[in-house]
Amino acid sequence: MEIGLGHYLTVAAILFTIGVFGIFLNRKNVITILMSIELMLLSVNINFVAFSVYLHDLVGQVFAMFILTVAAAESAIGLAILVVYFRNRGTIAVEDINMMKG
Amino acid sequence: MELAAVFPPLLGSIVAGFFGRWIGVMGVLVISCVCVVVAGVASIWLFYDVALLGHVRTVILFTWIHSGTFSASWALRFDTLTAVMLIVVTFVSSAVHIYTIGYMEHDPHRPRFQAYISLFTFAMLMLVTSDNFAQLYFGWEGVGLLSYLLINFWYDKASANDAAIKAFIQNRVGDFGFALGIFGVFYLFHAIDFGTVFAAAPAVAAQSMHFLGYEVNGLTLCCLLLFMGAVAKSAQVGLHSWLIDAMEGPTPISALIHAATMVTAGVFMVARLSPLFEFSPTASAVVTVFGATTAFVAATIGMTQFDIKRIIAYSTMSQLGYMMFACGVSAYNAAIFHLMTHGFFKALLFLAAGSVIHAMSGEQDIRRMGGLWKLIPTTYVMLWIGSLALAGIPLFAGYFSKDSVLAAAYAAGTPVATYAYWLGIVTAALTAFYSMRLLFLTFHGKPRADHHVMDHVHESPLVMLLPLAFLAVGAVCSGALAYSWFVGDGRVGFWRDAVLILPNHDSIGAVQHGAVPEWADYLPTVVAACGIIMAFLCYIVWTGLPAFFCRVFKPVHTFFYNHWYYDIMVDRLIVFPLLALSERVWKAGNGTPIEYLGPTSLAAATQYFGQRVVRLQSGYVFHYAFAMVIGVVLLVTWFTLYR
Repeated sequence: MEIGLGHYLTVAAILFTIGVFGIFLNRKNVITILMSIELMLLSVNINFVAFSVYLHDLVGQVFAMFILTVAAAESAIGLAILVVYFRNRGTIAVEDINMMKG
Repeated sequence: MELAAVFPPLLGSIVAGFFGRWIGVMGVLVISCVCVVVAGVASIWLFYDVALLGHVRTVILFTWIHSGTFSASWALRFDTLTAVMLIVVTFVSSAVHIYTIGYMEHDPHRPRFQAYISLFTFAMLMLVTSDNFAQLYFGWEGVGLLSYLLINFWYDKASANDAAIKAFIQNRVGDFGFALGIFGVFYLFHAIDFGTVFAAAPAVAAQSMHFLGYEVNGLTLCCLLLFMGAVAKSAQVGLHSWLIDAMEGPTPISALIHAATMVTAGVFMVARLSPLFEFSPTASAVVTVFGATTAFVAATIGMTQFDIKRIIAYSTMSQLGYMMFACGVSAYNAAIFHLMTHGFFKALLFLAAGSVIHAMSGEQDIRRMGGLWKLIPTTYVMLWIGSLALAGIPLFAGYFSKDSVLAAAYAAGTPVATYAYWLGIVTAALTAFYSMRLLFLTFHGKPRADHHVMDHVHESPLVMLLPLAFLAVGAVCSGALAYSWFVGDGRVGFWRDAVLILPNHDSIGAVQHGAVPEWADYLPTVVAACGIIMAFLCYIVWTGLPAFFCRVFKPVHTFFYNHWYYDIMVDRLIVFPLLALSERVWKAGNGTPIEYLGPTSLAAATQYFGQRVVRLQSGYVFHYAFAMVIGVVLLVTWFTLYR
């Protein structure tokens, strides 16, 4: 079976959906949310690379590199915030993080 | 040099007000006093240069407002009138500044006080040097504001608050008319600078304008509206009661308000605008009637009062009446002459009274004084000089100026002028009576204060007595010295074009040409002497006499004693109905419909919806993320469907 563009896009879409549901169905802890965001970014990356190959245009792959960089920076910051948050409040359970409640 | 006469008090005020904390009380006192004295020295030079040598000039500082045909600039106008006013204001203010050093010694807020009185002086200097109506109005409002702040200087005293509010509101009534008058002037002349307006006045004199649906003479209307401002500012009858209540402020302030910086503004304004008033006989007649009535009313009340400061305050009001009717009979130079001599002897009287109050540990009621003359001899002499000058006894300053005012009123000859003359004569007698009554009750007879107060009586320090001596010299000499310049033979060369007197109104000229018979010339002095003798009889010889008179003329006395029921009348006729109306409008008009439809309901609705919307804010990250995803989905759907 020839693996074509459609397959890549399907995988990406499935990954993206998993990411989305990971965010708002998840009630455990914040790390999961961070992972879900990474998942969504990666699915977008897959789309970029797939289209890049399909269209014979390198820009998409370059863009993928940028996204990886940004994702790395973002997760570094996110984890740092998490560590500080845990130190201050002693928990990272999503259920307990609702100080913004109106 | 021109700037040095006007701006040092502003500098002193800024330094005292903003930097008083850093330079300390002594620094504040030194700087503010030096600033005012500098202005005084500069104004002597200006008086010499402008009034005597005749170098009349206008110094333009910069343009203030320029809009269409309307233009106003900051300019200082120096002519004889301004030069005289500069002398009066800076001299009296200097005396008050120095006197304050001693008088306010125990007050914790001295920098604030110095800042206020310096700024007060500056506002008045701006007023007298103004070159257009806008600047005049600036100075006018400036003295109004500062008088409010100063009357209210002891702001923890409820009566001082009331008095300050009263002064401010009554002046507001006058200022309303004054502002309307300025608008009217601009409407008639299309300009507000004095030069243009005065030059165009003869041409505009007959022009009429619409006002409240009536066709009236434009110039008369403007003059009357402007005079309304003067009625409030110069405490003419009708808007006068603030001046009496203003006694709540510290005594130096009373001296400043009464002698130099506030109440004289109205008289000055009328004299300054003589080119307008001269072309409106109606307005001049109104000015005369107001002035004469004020002089009489104030004197009758002053005769019956017991508060030392209030008596002097009523005498100010009475003397302002003299100045006003002098303006009304076109004797502007006599009015300014009286203003100047009055500035000296009234400041002297107030500061001497302050010295008495200081000695009596704050007592102001002359019924609880008496027998003080041996204990505070210097103050006693000063008060004598001031009282004799006020009573118009020959050789003292008041004699020359009051006589020339009365002679001018006699010489003018119109019915209103005759009315003013006779009221003026009666007032002269009353003035002599009440000023001597004040002296006798305060200094002679048996001490009526308790022995604690009497043991404590002491002469004021030198720093308070020196200004008194300085003012006493003015109160004795200024009349004889300046007589020839102001109303004598030298007047044409002295005044030049500072005030305009039409040849057919020239009452002072008529006096010089012998329009006043000999008896009318002596009458003021004779009635003043009668007043003094009467006071002597009543309060030294037969001390039972006043009580007897009070019993015999009980209704009259009660009427006078209660200030002609003026305040009560205003309360009944204006204040209470207005309050009742306001309450109705507030409750029925504002309270129910407007407030219900407006703020109250709006606030309730906002709260209602707010409380519902707040539930959306759960605080959980996944809820926000969910909302975001829903938003993205909707956005994408909309994009794909409609683009």
